[in-house]
Amino acid sequence: MADIAELKKTATQIRRDIIRMVNSASSGHPGGSLGCADIFTALYFEILDHDPSFNMDGKGEDMFFLSNGHVSPVFYSTLARSGYFDIAELATFREINGRLQGHPTTHEGLPGVRIASGSLGQGLSVAIGVALSKRLYGDDKTVFVLTGDGELQEGQIWEAAMFAPHHKVDNLILIVDWNGQQIDGPNDEVISLGDLPAKWKAFGWEVMQMDGNNMQDIIETVTQAKSKLGNNKPICILMKTVMGQGVDFMMHTHAWHGKAPNDEQTEIALSQLEETLGDYPNP
Amino acid sequence: MQHINDIEVLGKKATRDGFGAGLLEVGRNNSEVVALCADLIGSLKMNAFIDEFPDRFYQVGIAEANMMGIAAGLATGGKIPYTGTFANFSTGRVYDQLRQSIAYSHKNVKVCASHAGLTLGEDGATHQILEDIGLMKMLPGFTVINPCDYNQTKAATIAIADYQGPVYLRFGRPGWPIFIPENQPFVIGKALKLAEGTDVTICATGHMVWQSIEAAKQLELEGISVELLNIHTIKPLDNEAILASVAKTGCLVSAEEHQKLGGLGGSIASLLGSHDPKPIELVGVNDTFGESGKPTDLLDKFGLGVKDVISAVRQVISRK
Repeated sequence: MADIAELKKTATQIRRDIIRMVNSASSGHPGGSLGCADIFTALYFEILDHDPSFNMDGKGEDMFFLSNGHVSPVFYSTLARSGYFDIAELATFREINGRLQGHPTTHEGLPGVRIASGSLGQGLSVAIGVALSKRLYGDDKTVFVLTGDGELQEGQIWEAAMFAPHHKVDNLILIVDWNGQQIDGPNDEVISLGDLPAKWKAFGWEVMQMDGNNMQDIIETVTQAKSKLGNNKPICILMKTVMGQGVDFMMHTHAWHGKAPNDEQTEIALSQLEETLGDYPNP
Repeated sequence: MQHINDIEVLGKKATRDGFGAGLLEVGRNNSEVVALCADLIGSLKMNAFIDEFPDRFYQVGIAEANMMGIAAGLATGGKIPYTGTFANFSTGRVYDQLRQSIAYSHKNVKVCASHAGLTLGEDGATHQILEDIGLMKMLPGFTVINPCDYNQTKAATIAIADYQGPVYLRFGRPGWPIFIPENQPFVIGKALKLAEGTDVTICATGHMVWQSIEAAKQLELEGISVELLNIHTIKPLDNEAILASVAKTGCLVSAEEHQKLGGLGGSIASLLGSHDPKPIELVGVNDTFGESGKPTDLLDKFGLGVKDVISAVRQVISRK
């Protein structure tokens, strides 16, 4: 049984890490990172059967892939907090000679990262390939992939969307961060995504929805999704989140998609996020 | 070491047939090998592999970007994926996927590309990519191979499975003379000396190796002794073999079915410029697009004929 209170505490600490990392780098993407803190916490601290000693091929493990690489702060904090590397390294985010590059990469050998992402639209295809390899090896674990919603404007996503049901890739769970925002504004103003549930359903996916900022709902929905695996269909969870969740002045706007808070804003943000597990040390 | 006139023609087949035969053999020898294709199974000669290993093949449809991503995922899981489509759709169309999901991510993907260059023929310039060597040699970590005949393509297809890292394997459509012995081992990155000579070095890759053999035979009649190096691996380039040959002959001609800008000739010119400046002439396409026509007619029209190799040799010798 998941300890929801404990998971919420972890997510709050991860939100603090995000704010501090982006502030110290004076750049990065806090909005989507804050919105996704709950799903990352749920995956790495409850749902995934994973091994932080890290093997690239992930045989015998559930594997997570991040397609919208710009939310690297939440990815790095989650990986560090779940044991992939020391939390002290979070202080090197976006710094020269560091492993915590602006967008995640395997190039610097950071444990927990299996593919570079940043140029959008590529992660779903990669996750499908990994899911196929698991099938070939007789490995019954699950592959998870997170994409943004603006990212669904990339054509490659729909190539992959067509492929997975055709090839009955049913060991795969796609989670779409459906916060409705992208760099230039709301999705509906930039390029409308239309009826997303109907689109994924029409492509042949099992479609579910959840509140990505409600830990209880995340745990229940993803658990239910796992029970639907193995039925010849890939699963798409459309996850409603609020960009900037947890920091009042960053919520419900695209303004903080890719902007770092200054020291004063950081202080206000941190005052809204309780230090639950101990901050990573200042460099 | 053999003389240019000792090179024997063993038959005629397309290099893409060599790929098909190599894929089947490497599939039998290595159970980690899997294959993907973007709706061009027949053109890529992948049928034999698919018939024998249906569970290790994925039809992706006309969706090359997705194919490259899936290949990166299969490699992440431990497999050795071979992707098959035309050279144009294997490179220019999917450059960002190759760059981020494969090259930057260090994935062990073999990008196998048929119908490269002018010798694609009648389909015309939309499909005749002449920029792919340049695109691929610029990607950090990619090995770039352009074998010259059926036997070499087959051997290369097999050899790249044992090499850990991304590879671009480029081959072509038309039937072409076979002159590399069947048992010739394929060593990635090692130039193959096809003929010993003293007056000029020709460094040729792909279909242009045969054109260079024909040119060298005619030059021999004029008393010009050609040293012919088959540069099947454009990256990493066999610097040592090229410099050793030029130290002896004093000049060099490069020959490739590709733009002069950014291809094999550019790599060699850069090497000579920094190590041993000697006259060099490039045989290649001169900053233009191809067109429809018969393969050999196109080679002649766009400066890749036997006559063009010969005139480049005369020119470079005159500059010594």
